[in-house]
Amino acid sequence: MMTEILEPVSRTAPSQQAVLEVKDLDVDIRTPKGTVRVVSKVGFSARSGKTLALLGESGCGKSMTAKAIAGLLDPVASVAGGSAHLESHDLFSMTAKQRRSVAGEGLGIVFQDALAALNPVYTIGTQLGEAFRIHRGASKKQAKVEAIELMRRVGIPEPETRVNSYPHQFSGGMRQRILIAMAVALSPKLLIADEPTTALDVTVQAQIMQLLRSLRTEEQMAVVLITHDLAVVAEEADDVCVMYAGNVVEQGSVETVFNRPTHPYTKGLLSSVPADAHRGSSLTSIPGSPPELNKIPTGCVYQDRCPLASAICREQRPELRPTGPAQSAACHFAEQVSALDPQSEPATGQESER
Amino acid sequence: MSIQTQNQSVDSVLDVQNLTKTFHVASGSSGTRELKALDGINLNVKRGETLGLVGESGCGKSTLARTLMMLEQPDGGTVRFDGQDPFALRGKQLRAWRRRVQMVFQDPFASLNARMTAGQIITEPFATHKDLYPTSAARKQRLDELLELVGLRTTDAQKSPQEFSGGQRQRIGIARALALGPDLIILDEPVSALDLSVQAQVLNLLNDLQQQLGVSYIFISHDLSVVRHVTDRVAVMYLGRIIETGSTQQVFDSPLHPYTASLMSASPKLDPALRPVNRIVLQGELPSPLDPPSGCRFRTRCWKAESICSVERPESRVREPDGKIVLGMPTLGPSAEQQIAECHFPVQSAAEAGLAVSA
Repeated sequence: MMTEILEPVSRTAPSQQAVLEVKDLDVDIRTPKGTVRVVSKVGFSARSGKTLALLGESGCGKSMTAKAIAGLLDPVASVAGGSAHLESHDLFSMTAKQRRSVAGEGLGIVFQDALAALNPVYTIGTQLGEAFRIHRGASKKQAKVEAIELMRRVGIPEPETRVNSYPHQFSGGMRQRILIAMAVALSPKLLIADEPTTALDVTVQAQIMQLLRSLRTEEQMAVVLITHDLAVVAEEADDVCVMYAGNVVEQGSVETVFNRPTHPYTKGLLSSVPADAHRGSSLTSIPGSPPELNKIPTGCVYQDRCPLASAICREQRPELRPTGPAQSAACHFAEQVSALDPQSEPATGQESER
Repeated sequence: MSIQTQNQSVDSVLDVQNLTKTFHVASGSSGTRELKALDGINLNVKRGETLGLVGESGCGKSTLARTLMMLEQPDGGTVRFDGQDPFALRGKQLRAWRRRVQMVFQDPFASLNARMTAGQIITEPFATHKDLYPTSAARKQRLDELLELVGLRTTDAQKSPQEFSGGQRQRIGIARALALGPDLIILDEPVSALDLSVQAQVLNLLNDLQQQLGVSYIFISHDLSVVRHVTDRVAVMYLGRIIETGSTQQVFDSPLHPYTASLMSASPKLDPALRPVNRIVLQGELPSPLDPPSGCRFRTRCWKAESICSVERPESRVREPDGKIVLGMPTLGPSAEQQIAECHFPVQSAAEAGLAVSA
């Protein structure tokens, strides 16, 4: 099945069918000062052969969401509510053993820090072959053959000799390729990529994104791409969930959300990107900084930084509601967002972060 | 304050010629090998301008920054700061010089001492440079001035770094760099650790400060959209050499060097209209600086490489005002504005590299 580099794997699922369905996900972290909700009522679905981006700044809960789905939450964190279905599997009601059987063939994950994600005392061949030994009952010899094949598939030169190397003997880009190889070893239906290119240089980033794209197409995987980079989302993703302070504030197809944002935060983010503007002109910035997770205000999570905030925003948290075809936003004043002119924002936008 | 020499252009703050720095790296039992981190760097920074320095990790950006900060001793070449060679200075003169070049670091969480208050951090340079603000009243006044300059409250001086957000911490780092009134600040990835919404605030602050104070920046960053926004000129580094320089607009819109063109092509763009028609995805990664390729050092990854590239080091080519690309040596003075690249087969136009041609 994995002998030909470009051999497409036949899949029965049509491309529109949701591989992953997450509903009302809540994640809590226990701290000495009490329980903090870091992910609140998050819901989305990922389709086969498509990329869904979870977009947000640090601390917005995007990685927590992914870890909850993958069953990799730290012991201090726990799923407090909601559901996640990977096809017919209810991920949150499974035993640890059942979960392990889903890992690999159902779900693969690529982490940001490849050096930390690989075991320094085992060769790459051993680590890549593990999946085949555990899930497919392959012998050591078979597993090594599979590992070499995988390395070839993700573009690692001289796989026959490199298979016996240790993680530290590879460059950052090559390590990221190895992690991707490991995640796609058993052709999972869902691939979660958590900031897969953040630590990499731009030329290597382009290589890795190209690899992920071609693997997605070959395998018809559903990809959940976690990132803070709007340009990467614009280029790689089909759908996007914009997260802020543990909540999804806007979601929809990338094209609609980026062309016509209906949440003030999305709009603010898009205009903070240094564009082709002339030098010397001020960038539009969002005043302030995201709230600390133990101090999330009642009402709208974005109220403190929002140019549209009014009394209702302080009292009532807006629910996600449709704001256009294939688009929804959690804002009381979503209809007014498109009229928000970034040039007129400086009334609040020029205030420095205090 | 400025000391001019006769052969120095008036508006130049920093002038670097043929700077080299070699490290000796232990290698097995056979002794050491040479790592040429800087291999003949020419650089010029004018008063009040921002020079961008881009390149992949391992290309020598940080070694260059450290050498300009006099944290490394170069093996060859000349550095002229306002006409003076800082490496020839000793004692009091050297100490006086050091206040003129300051640095802002990438990680605002690691670069501030958690046991000191913001006020102590910002005023710490005055302990070395005692003559600048001799009385505690003068230091306090300067502290308040600096805090206000970077958009913090005067009451923030009492807080410790961990009470601030990332963007505010970077403001403290900037205030510390400004404390001694430098002529040049080296900004080493100053916003890459910050969230996008906060990044814009800090970039705006840096721009405002430059307008107010006339300070020059060397802006090191891997984020090309940021570099494009904040810099006047750009220098592109590859394996210890600057392979292309020019005005930001020239270098971004019509790069001469194939490596520069690949960088522009590879960087993700938010606006679909700016995306390359055909993205150049370079094969392979930066070769080891211990064993750089012969001839042109980019040839192993270059899409235009021919046999001559492995034999001969390319000479500089300059884009003439009429658009023609000719063999030539970079000359100082007004022609430093010219776009220069070291390549046998420079890219003739943005269209050749498949880059979107901006209006």
